[in-house]
Amino acid sequence: MLVFVLATAGTVLLGLLTKWVDRKVTARIQWRVGPPWYQTIADVCKLLGKETVVPETARKWTYLLAPVIGFGGATLAAAVLWGANLSSRGFLGDLIVVVYLLLLPAIAIIVGGIASGSPVTQLGASREMKLAFAYELPFVLALVTVILKAGGTFTLGGPEGIIAHQAQSGMVIGSVSGIIAFVVSILCAQAKLGLVPFDIAEAETEIMAGPFTEYSGAPLALFYLMKAVLIATLPIPLITLFWGGICGGWGILWAVLEYVLIVVLFVLIRNTNPRLRIDQALKFFWFGLTPVSVLAVVLAVKGY
Amino acid sequence: MGITRWGLKKSPWVYHVNTGACNNCDIEVLDLLTPRFDVERFGIVLVGTPRHADALLVSGICTRQCRPRLQEVYRQAAKPCVVFVIGACACTGGIFHNAYHRWGRVDDAIREVDPDAIIAYIPGCPPKPEAMALGVFKALAML
Repeated sequence: MLVFVLATAGTVLLGLLTKWVDRKVTARIQWRVGPPWYQTIADVCKLLGKETVVPETARKWTYLLAPVIGFGGATLAAAVLWGANLSSRGFLGDLIVVVYLLLLPAIAIIVGGIASGSPVTQLGASREMKLAFAYELPFVLALVTVILKAGGTFTLGGPEGIIAHQAQSGMVIGSVSGIIAFVVSILCAQAKLGLVPFDIAEAETEIMAGPFTEYSGAPLALFYLMKAVLIATLPIPLITLFWGGICGGWGILWAVLEYVLIVVLFVLIRNTNPRLRIDQALKFFWFGLTPVSVLAVVLAVKGY
Repeated sequence: MGITRWGLKKSPWVYHVNTGACNNCDIEVLDLLTPRFDVERFGIVLVGTPRHADALLVSGICTRQCRPRLQEVYRQAAKPCVVFVIGACACTGGIFHNAYHRWGRVDDAIREVDPDAIIAYIPGCPPKPEAMALGVFKALAML
């Protein structure tokens, strides 16, 4: 029991520190100093002290429960991933469970936006819906590439899982199809996290704060924590699927470096690109990345 | 109360309200948020909605049309929220204090809604960004 509490608190703390790394690297790229290391923790503490305002036109319980569901989905996905990685406690099909759980934060944002009852939030929720349609397709195709390379198994941990398969026959990223699938999934993860160029749902200059406009106080703190856990969790399946896990592959020290590399990639892509329009993002994912990931699947079937 | 108050001091999120300014003060506020002055060091972030704001940066004389809207924005801001009244026009009316379209002072409009609102004044036409930053830090230190 204590292990679960510590693991949740640890993932949340890791997520807050990763968010800080994002802001600090962004600041350095812009020749600024940037916030101190406790900034994200101060943000959460401050949000917990603000009053929670429920608008009159909002559906009260859906509005208040949406961030809870999002946070729960993100931490559950983190739990399954840590379990499969650190203690090889995988179960049949846990890769599919992780994919579904990682979709829950997007659904929570959509439901929260619609339940807020304001036209700005509904617009943001519809943008998030379109974006979710866009990035799920190439993401799943990249996962299909990994599954094919790992011999057709859906399991992450366990004796016949993807991690064990990579320990025996080399990491997925060592092949051409693996590299293509890795690049595709980095871009899809950028959209999942809501980072520029795909932060269309929460476009500050366009639609106030999108689906989060009416939130304040503890529900907003939960959304903030959900995004923090998501940015800590999303590099982990990337490392697991492409680099052979945290304990396998090249070892724990290299896994830390891989984690930092993926986070820095997110931040660099974020700082060098403008925001896309929603139709540009749809075209990019459906007509740009999907053919590339279909190519990766074909190469994986051929054995490259 | 201690840790949330520490959080409020270390991470004030600001929202900018223009109640009829000539935009000079608004330009200086936007200057303040650029990388040259780098207020993100102190946790100051510009948010897109008053609901997320801890500090309202109000500029401009409070025109008759804008007064109910300013009061509504203050009501919608999640408390605790401080108000920074920026520029000579917002503090006392500036050179427009006899204008026909002016209702009154910004702090009177806000105190109509909330008599014990925390209001800080940053005079100047426009105030230099350094002066605005100094005002923000003095107000945060008194929180």
